[in-house]
Amino acid sequence: MTSTQDAKAPAGEVVLEAIGLTKHFPVRRRLRDLFSKEHDAVHAVDDVHLTLRRGQVVALVGESGSGKSTVARLLAQLYPRTGGDIQLHGRSTTVKGGRNFRGYAARVQMIFQDPFASLNPVHTIRYHLTRALKIHHNAGDDLDAALAALLTRVSLTPPERYLDKFPHELSGGQRQRVAIARALGADPEALLADEPVSMLDVSIRLGVLNLLRDLKERLNLAILYITHDIASARYFADETLVMYAGRMVEGGDSETVTQTPAHPYTRLLIDSAPDPDRLTGDIDPLEEDRGNGEPPSLIRPPSGCRFHPRCPAAMPRCSTDLPVRLEIGDAPGHWAACWLYDKAGAQ
Amino acid sequence: MAEPVLEIRNLNVDYGLGDRAVHAVRDVNLTLHRGEVLGLAGESGSGKSTLAYGLTRLLAPPGVITGGQVIYHPAQGSSYDVLALSDNGLREWRWAETAIVFQGAMNSLNPVHKISTQLMDVLKAHEPNMSAHSRAARAREMLKLVGISADRMDAYPHQLSGGMRQRVMIGMALILQPQVVIMDEPTTALDVVMQRQILGQLIELRERLGFSVIFITHDLSLLVEFSNRIAIMYGGRIVEEAPANTIYRDALHPYSKGLLSSFPALRGPRRELTGIPGSPPDLAGMPAGCSFHPRCPKAFEPCGSAIPVLGRPDTPDGAGRSVACWLHPAEQPVG
Repeated sequence: MTSTQDAKAPAGEVVLEAIGLTKHFPVRRRLRDLFSKEHDAVHAVDDVHLTLRRGQVVALVGESGSGKSTVARLLAQLYPRTGGDIQLHGRSTTVKGGRNFRGYAARVQMIFQDPFASLNPVHTIRYHLTRALKIHHNAGDDLDAALAALLTRVSLTPPERYLDKFPHELSGGQRQRVAIARALGADPEALLADEPVSMLDVSIRLGVLNLLRDLKERLNLAILYITHDIASARYFADETLVMYAGRMVEGGDSETVTQTPAHPYTRLLIDSAPDPDRLTGDIDPLEEDRGNGEPPSLIRPPSGCRFHPRCPAAMPRCSTDLPVRLEIGDAPGHWAACWLYDKAGAQ
Repeated sequence: MAEPVLEIRNLNVDYGLGDRAVHAVRDVNLTLHRGEVLGLAGESGSGKSTLAYGLTRLLAPPGVITGGQVIYHPAQGSSYDVLALSDNGLREWRWAETAIVFQGAMNSLNPVHKISTQLMDVLKAHEPNMSAHSRAARAREMLKLVGISADRMDAYPHQLSGGMRQRVMIGMALILQPQVVIMDEPTTALDVVMQRQILGQLIELRERLGFSVIFITHDLSLLVEFSNRIAIMYGGRIVEEAPANTIYRDALHPYSKGLLSSFPALRGPRRELTGIPGSPPDLAGMPAGCSFHPRCPKAFEPCGSAIPVLGRPDTPDGAGRSVACWLHPAEQPVG
């Protein structure tokens, strides 16, 4: 089961693109609200742009509630978007189910966070992988050879040892490798990995991330890596995008964003990460965070910049005008949605 | 070094009985000193949570303590073995002398009671002579101490965010001013920003109230920053114990080194990392000899047959640390 597509498709070719992607979840209306014309909604994702290219990893970093997992599910077309566009190879796509969805899933596959929940406990690994291969017509003439190739590709060797096992007989790391193998069974062009290693033991994580990187290179895949751990984004991803309260706040190549963060929220994230070189006990509650350390409600998000209630550098403009993407200028493609970088309207 | 407040001696905890018993904690010797933060690091199957529940006698069946002692040194009076306490003695000891903040503490609060009720409940159980008025005042004081405004006193747990619930749990643990606080993965489910805030608050409280902490987590980089000493567990045993900085800069055990290099660095140069090959051991089917040897890059002749003893290594700083590895045979066994 070798992909013939990678031989032809150039590295860097755009596979999947999100343009102005928006998702609002309606809030359940109570009886008295039925008489009101207002419809409350959770503004989970607003105006997200991202581009996935072959052979590249884009990391989407954010805390819980930032909207990053929702972005992944929107890109996987698991539920409909409220606004914006998703383009597969430049063509706008909306798939609701059935054959269309299967066709989409053959190109865009998802790997979930919980290796315990994403495999069916009553079926063997053989069943899981066979199903993936058969649904996407990749089984070929020799099913056993195809299965062995899949397991070898995720370093679960010898394949015979794993094929007839049930998920509970495997470790977390092995289960996640099976989930990756299942995704590869569709021979996809893009992989959406939603916190693929967060639930694995620390010493196993790197093995799985290195595997994903290896697959990206050999199969020329486009990978979206969603995580709350910005250090792993630096290690694994080419490009890093930071999300806060449903909006994107910063983007650029991983090294630049993590070493010279521009947006005050990114700086807060990086300062908060554990730092073994800081002296023992020298932890001060961050004076920089003027809020209570928590993200805002997404039902009534703050006006203007959603980070302004917590931002140490907030200006009057920040509470009224939603910031646009502004170039930082220190590295190509490094931008932040922050009025601090508005050279044109400089105070 | 300050005097000990809690001494764990040769603790053994099994799950199940007889031949099929799984040895979750094996021959653990560990000392917590007054005013110290002792970090306990390990992954799945290391036994760190079992150790915490074992020493506080909170093991759910089929967990059973099969040997050892947990000597507690109160501020006043003579020391005693926690494992030998009667039910009444245990009830008095819990919360007042030693408190525990559980993993997933956010879900440990009773959803049908206000947080003030739950805080005051602790006081009612341990200080029956306190008036209702003083109980409420103390609860309010505790909430203020952990950074929650008094107007949230009558809130139900579901009305608070995850971070706030965690802080309520910490407040509850400190309300009787115990000497020892055990925290089992207290910030795992929280954002890094919230994590840093809460730990900062904890440090402040520790300086003010003077308790000792056993901090259990898999996040070794957090321990290096936050604790005074770190003990690393693998396969139910302690494999290394040393001051936090020593572990960070000069770990001796290959597992400690492997674990340290499993954290991608956010600062400094970008390094190629591999983690540790293989998987954490299956406690039901442990390898012979050192439980880490199948994954160890430095394994040699004795590792597959004899279990290394935890003891002081023959290094210049050997006096303040211990390691269980045939590369550094123990000069002086611990325990």
